[in-house]
Amino acid sequence: MIDFYLNGERRHCSDVAADTSLLELLRVHLGRTGTKEGCASGDCGACTVAIGEPDALGELVYRNANACILPAHQIDGCHLVTVEGLARGDALHPAQAAMVDHHGSQCGFCTPGIVMSLFTLHEEQRRAPAPLTQERLEAALGGNLCRCTGYRPIRDAALSMADYPDVRPAWADEPHLGSNVAWLRRPEGGEPTTAGHYVAPQDIAALRDLKRRRPKARLVAGGTDLWLETTQQLKPLDDIIDVRQVAELTTIDETPDGWWIGAAVTLADMTPLLTEHYPAFEHLMHRFASSQIRNRGTLGGNIANASPIGDTPPVMLALDARLRLDGPDGARELPLSDFFLDYRKTALGENEFIAAIFLPRPTPAQNLKVWKLSKRREDDISAVLAAFAWRLEDGVMRDVRLGFGGMAAIPRRATETEAALEGRAPEPAVFAAARAVLGEELTPMSDVRGSAEYRRTAAGNMLERLRLMIEADMHAAEATPNHASDNNNPATKVTLDAYAH
Amino acid sequence: MRTLTRLSPSPDTTERQGSAGAPRAHESAIKHVTGRAAYIDDQPAPADTLHVALGLSPVAHGWLNRLDLEKVRSAPGVVDVITLADVPGHTDIGPVFPGDPIFASDEISYVGQCLFAVAAESHKAARLAVKEAVVEIDERPACLDPVAATEREEFVRPTHVQERGDWQRALADAPHRLEGEQFVGGQEHFYLEGQACLVVPSEDEGVMVYTSNQHPSETQKLVAEVLGIPFHAVTMEMRRMGGGFGGKETQASPWACIAAIIARRTGRAAKLRLPRAEDTRATGKRHPFHNRYRLGFDERGVLAGGEITVIGDCGYSPDLSDAVVDRAMFHADNAYSLGDARVTGHRARTNTASNTAFRGFGGPQGMMIIERAMDDIARHLGEDPLTIRKRNLYRAADDGGAARDVTHYGQRVEQLSLLHDIIDQLETSSDYWQRRREITAFNATSPIIKKGLALTPVKFGISFTVQHLNQAGALLLVYTDGSVMINHGGTEMGQGLHTKVCQVVARELGLDLERVRISATRTDKVPNTSPTAASSGADLNGQAARDAASKLRERLFDFAAEHFDRENGGLDREAMHLEDGHLVAGIGESEQRIPWGELIQAAYMGRVSLSEKGFYATPLIHYDRASGRGRPFYYFAHGAAVAEVEVDTLSGEYRLSRADILHDVGDSLNPAIDIGQVEGAFIQGMGWLTSEELKWNDAGRLVTDGPSTYKIPAFGDLPPTFNVELLQGHPNSQASIYRSKAVGEPPFMLGISVWSALRDALASLVDYRESPALDTPATPERVLMVAEALRRQYAEDATSPRRPDHAPA
Repeated sequence: MIDFYLNGERRHCSDVAADTSLLELLRVHLGRTGTKEGCASGDCGACTVAIGEPDALGELVYRNANACILPAHQIDGCHLVTVEGLARGDALHPAQAAMVDHHGSQCGFCTPGIVMSLFTLHEEQRRAPAPLTQERLEAALGGNLCRCTGYRPIRDAALSMADYPDVRPAWADEPHLGSNVAWLRRPEGGEPTTAGHYVAPQDIAALRDLKRRRPKARLVAGGTDLWLETTQQLKPLDDIIDVRQVAELTTIDETPDGWWIGAAVTLADMTPLLTEHYPAFEHLMHRFASSQIRNRGTLGGNIANASPIGDTPPVMLALDARLRLDGPDGARELPLSDFFLDYRKTALGENEFIAAIFLPRPTPAQNLKVWKLSKRREDDISAVLAAFAWRLEDGVMRDVRLGFGGMAAIPRRATETEAALEGRAPEPAVFAAARAVLGEELTPMSDVRGSAEYRRTAAGNMLERLRLMIEADMHAAEATPNHASDNNNPATKVTLDAYAH
Repeated sequence: MRTLTRLSPSPDTTERQGSAGAPRAHESAIKHVTGRAAYIDDQPAPADTLHVALGLSPVAHGWLNRLDLEKVRSAPGVVDVITLADVPGHTDIGPVFPGDPIFASDEISYVGQCLFAVAAESHKAARLAVKEAVVEIDERPACLDPVAATEREEFVRPTHVQERGDWQRALADAPHRLEGEQFVGGQEHFYLEGQACLVVPSEDEGVMVYTSNQHPSETQKLVAEVLGIPFHAVTMEMRRMGGGFGGKETQASPWACIAAIIARRTGRAAKLRLPRAEDTRATGKRHPFHNRYRLGFDERGVLAGGEITVIGDCGYSPDLSDAVVDRAMFHADNAYSLGDARVTGHRARTNTASNTAFRGFGGPQGMMIIERAMDDIARHLGEDPLTIRKRNLYRAADDGGAARDVTHYGQRVEQLSLLHDIIDQLETSSDYWQRRREITAFNATSPIIKKGLALTPVKFGISFTVQHLNQAGALLLVYTDGSVMINHGGTEMGQGLHTKVCQVVARELGLDLERVRISATRTDKVPNTSPTAASSGADLNGQAARDAASKLRERLFDFAAEHFDRENGGLDREAMHLEDGHLVAGIGESEQRIPWGELIQAAYMGRVSLSEKGFYATPLIHYDRASGRGRPFYYFAHGAAVAEVEVDTLSGEYRLSRADILHDVGDSLNPAIDIGQVEGAFIQGMGWLTSEELKWNDAGRLVTDGPSTYKIPAFGDLPPTFNVELLQGHPNSQASIYRSKAVGEPPFMLGISVWSALRDALASLVDYRESPALDTPATPERVLMVAEALRRQYAEDATSPRRPDHAPA
C-alpha cells in the first residue's frame, strides 16, 4: 500500500508491483498524463515532479525529481505535486504564467517538467529569497532538456517569476497538509512500512535482519542507477529493500577528525557540508548529474555502484575517505582505496552494505582541486575526473593524493605519480616526470565518452594545469601576500570559470 | 465613388486582435504549462487497446537464417505476433523510392531494423515477449564508411552534378588555389516525444490512425497500401507533436503501418510507442557528410571557381536522400558566388538506419564546406575571415566589377543587397571589429585560454526542391455563432504553425484571434497534403487559408451588398471590408457597421454557404535535374550570426560567451514565434556542431542511443549574452503570405558561427597562420586534439618568422 498525497488529495494505491516507477504509477495507474516520459532514464527531465516532505518544523519542502526512475513506493508518506496541481482554477501559478508570457514552450513536451523545476525554484525563493544567480538557475534547470527553444525564454521566465502575483495552488490553503503528510510518516516501531517484496526498514537493526533473511534482495536508496535495470533492460526488480528510511544511514555525524556521512544521505543533503569545508568538491556537485538526481541519489550509492566514471569516488580517494561496512555478521571499516577491486567488483561482502563514509576534516594547509571533463558541462558523465589534494611545506609538495575516474576499470589513485611529486618542488621538470609516470601508470580505454588517447592527454594536461595554478599562486603570494592568483588575469588564467576553479 | 484599397490593418488593430503580425503566444501555451496538451500516449485509448513492441535486428549486415517466435507467441499477455509474411498488401514502405521493407525477412541492413512485432495486453508484456525471440543471422561485413562506399560506387541513388562555366580553367588560371576536406557529423533529432501512434479499427475494412507525424497523407497512403485497402478507408488525425525536426516526416510511417496491421488482424486498437533507445537505433538521422573543395581565388580572396564534392552518408536505403543531397549541393555556395564551379553530390549506401530529413535537410552540411573554405582563404591571405566572406557575397555590378548574382545551378539571386545590409548592421551592433582587436590582444597575453570570434551568414533557399510538394489546401468553416474553424494540411510540432494560420484567418476576416480555432490535422478534412517540412508550413498553408478566407469574405460581401440596407439600394460593395469584428460599408457619414455575428446569422438564413476551401501552389519554381539548372527556390531567407567563444586549450573545454543574430523573416507573421524559431534553431545548430556526437561501434551498433551518451545542448549552454533581432523593413520581394519569410530551418545554420569561432580560437595558437581542420562535432576531445597538434607544430615552427597579425589596424 502506498499512502500519499497527490496535489493535496490523499491517495492509497495498493497492489503496486515493487518495480513500478512513479511515472508508471501516475500515467498508468492514476491516469495523470500531464507528466511525460522522454527517456525513462533520468536524463531529460520531461517527467519532473515535485516531492514535498516535512522539514524539522513540519513545513513541506519541495524538491524536484525524475518520476521515471523513482520507485513508486518511495512516494509513500510524501506530498507529490505534478503539473496538474499548480494552477488555481484558471489562475496560473507564476511558474506557468511566466512560461506563457515569455513564449517558453514550443512543442510543449518538455514543458511540464520545466514548469515543475521552476515550481521548486519558486518554492525555494518563497522560503528563502536569494538572488537568482546563473549557478542557481543551472542547478534548477540543468536537468531539463528542451529541444525547441534554446532555453532563452525559459531563463527569462525563471528570472521573472518573482514579478508575478504569488498565486498558490488551492492545496496550499490547507493548513494541516504538512502535518497530515507527517502523520503518514509516523514511526511504526522499526517494522517495514510496506509489506511484500518492497520493504523499507526504519533502523539499522531491521536492515541487518532483512539482509540476513533476504540475501538476494536488492538495496535501493535513490534508485537513480538501479531503476534503469527495469526501464532500460527490463530486468526484474521484485525483491527490494529500501534504505532511505534507515535512521542510522541518513545522518551526518561530526567528529573531531571529520564526518561520518550516512550512506543514504542524498548528494543534495551532503552538499552544504562541502560548501563550508571543500569548496572544490562542492563545485563538482553542481556538475554531478542534475538537481533531480542529486535530490535522490546518495553518496553510498555512488560508491557502491563502483562505476569507473562515478563522480565522487576519485575525490573521496584523494581525501583518504574510509568506509564503514555493516551487515548481520557485524561491522568493519576499511579505506576507500581498498574498496574498489576490479571493474564493478568491490570488497563488499555478500551480506554487507555500506553504512557510512568517513570524510576527513581538511587540514589548514591542504589544497584540493577537482576537475571533471565531459562532452557537455551540465548533466553529463565524466570522460575523465581528476581530484588532486596536496599541501605545500617549505616549497615542496606533501601528502600528494591523485584520484582519477575514467582512467582505469575502477576509480583509483595514481600512487606512482603521487610518489613522483611527493616531497618535490612544483617545478616544470618534476611535473614533466610525473606526467610520464602517469602515462605509464594508468591505461584508460576508448569508449563512447572519449578515446584512450584523449583521456591520457587530458589527464596529463590536468597535471600541467595544476602546476600552472600552483606556480601562479606562489607568484601571487610573493607579490601580494595572502592573495591567491587572479583568475581575471589572462596570463595566469588556466580554466574557464564555468567549468573549473 | 471612391474606392478604398485596404492592404493591411493598422498596427494597433493587429496588436489588439492578435492577427497576423502580432506576437501572440502559441495557441497551446496554456495547455502546455498545465499538462493538458495531450500527445499520442496521453490520449484516452479504448479499454482493450493492445500494446505493440518491436523485434529489432542486433546485427548491421547479414542474412536472416532463422526467426523462431514460438516462445514469443506463448509469452504472458501476448495476443498477436507478425512478420513480413503477415502483411496483407505492399511490403515495401519506401516513401519516395522503394527499399524499405516493413519487416526484414532475408537481408539485414542495419542494427535496429525491424524483424517482427508483438502485440500484448501491456507495454511491458510486449517488450518482455520480444526478448524471447530466437534470431539467427549469418553475419556479413558491414559497410560503415561512406567514402569507401563511394569509391566502390555503392550508392542508394545516382550521383548528381551541377556545373556552371569552365571551372577547370578558372581553377587553373587562379592566382591562388586551396583545397581541403572535412567530416561533418550527423545528428539525432531527439524530439522529446518519441515515435508514437494509436490505430483504432474502424467500420468496414478501415482504420483511424492517431500519430505523431509530419506527413499524415503519406502515412495514410502507406497504411492503405500495406493493408491493401483504398485510401479513403484510412483516416489520419494529428493534433500536435512533441517535436519533429524532420524525424517524423517519413519515419513516422512504419509504426503506423505495423500498428494498423495488428489492429485489423485483432479487431482491437493498437498503440505503438518506441522506447528512447529503440527509437534512436531504429530511425534515421541527419546525414553525416564527407565534403571536399578545390577552389581558386584572386589576391583579394574572391573566388574564381573550382569544384566541391559532397558525399552524403545515406544509410541503407534511399528514403529522402536524393533530395537531401540535392539540397546540400544547392547550398554548397551558401551566400557566396562560387564563380565557375562544379558541384558533385554522391549518395553513399552504408549499413546504418536510413538517414532522413532534419531541419535544413542537407543544406547545413553543404554550407559547412564553403564556410570552411572562407576561413581557409582568409588565413592563407592573412585577412580577417569576415573580410573574405564579405568580398565573396553575391552582389550586383558595382565599382566596375561585374555582377556576381547567379548560382552554380543557374538561379539569379534577388534582394542582393539584403545580406550586405544584415552583415553591416550586425558588424556594428555586435561591435565586431572592436572585439576582434580585444580578442587578439587577449590571446596574445593568455597562454591557455583562447578566445575566438566569427561572423557567418546564411542564405537558404525556400521551396521543396521536389516541385509537386509545393501545394497546400485548407478548409474554412464558419458556424452560426460566428466562431471560425480552420483546417489545413500542415502539422503542429511546436513551430507555431497553427497560431500563424489562425492569425492569417483573423486578419482576413477582421476578427479577434480568439474567434478562430484550429483542430487537429486530418486527412478527411484536407486531402493529399504535403509534409510539414522545408520551412514551408506557414508559406503554403497560410496562403491556402488566406485563399479560403478571402473567397468566403467576397461571398459574404456579395450577400451583404444585396441583403442589408435594401431600402437604400443596398450597401456599397466596393469599399466593403471586415474590421474589428464588423463588416464595414461606406465611408464617413454613410459608414455602416454590421457585427460579424449578425452578418453570419443573416448569411445562414439567406442560404449562403459558410464553408470554403482554399488552395495554393507556389509560382515560378522549376528545376531540370538533367541539366542541373533552374529556379528551385521561390526566394531566399537570410541571416547572420556573430559568435564568441572561449577555449581552454589544455582541456578542450569551451563555452559560447556571446552570440548576436540578425535574421530576415520578411514582414513577420508573429515576431514572438519567429524569435523562438531563430533562437531554438541556433542552439540546435550549435549542438549539432559541438556536443552532439553519434558513435557507432565497429559492429555497426549505435552506442550513443540515449540522452546519457548523446548530449544535446542543456540550459547552461545558452550564452550569457544572446542578442537576437529580426531584420526590420525588408518585406519579402516575392508575394509570399503577407510578405513574410519561412523561418523553420534557415536560422539553424547560424550555428556554424560557433564552429568557425572555435577554429578562430584554435588558429590563435599558431598566430593565425594556419586554418586548423576541425571536423564536427567539435567535442572537447576534438578541440583538444587539434590544440595539441597546433601547439606541437608551433614549437617546431618557432624559428620561422611570424606573419604580422591579421587583425585590422
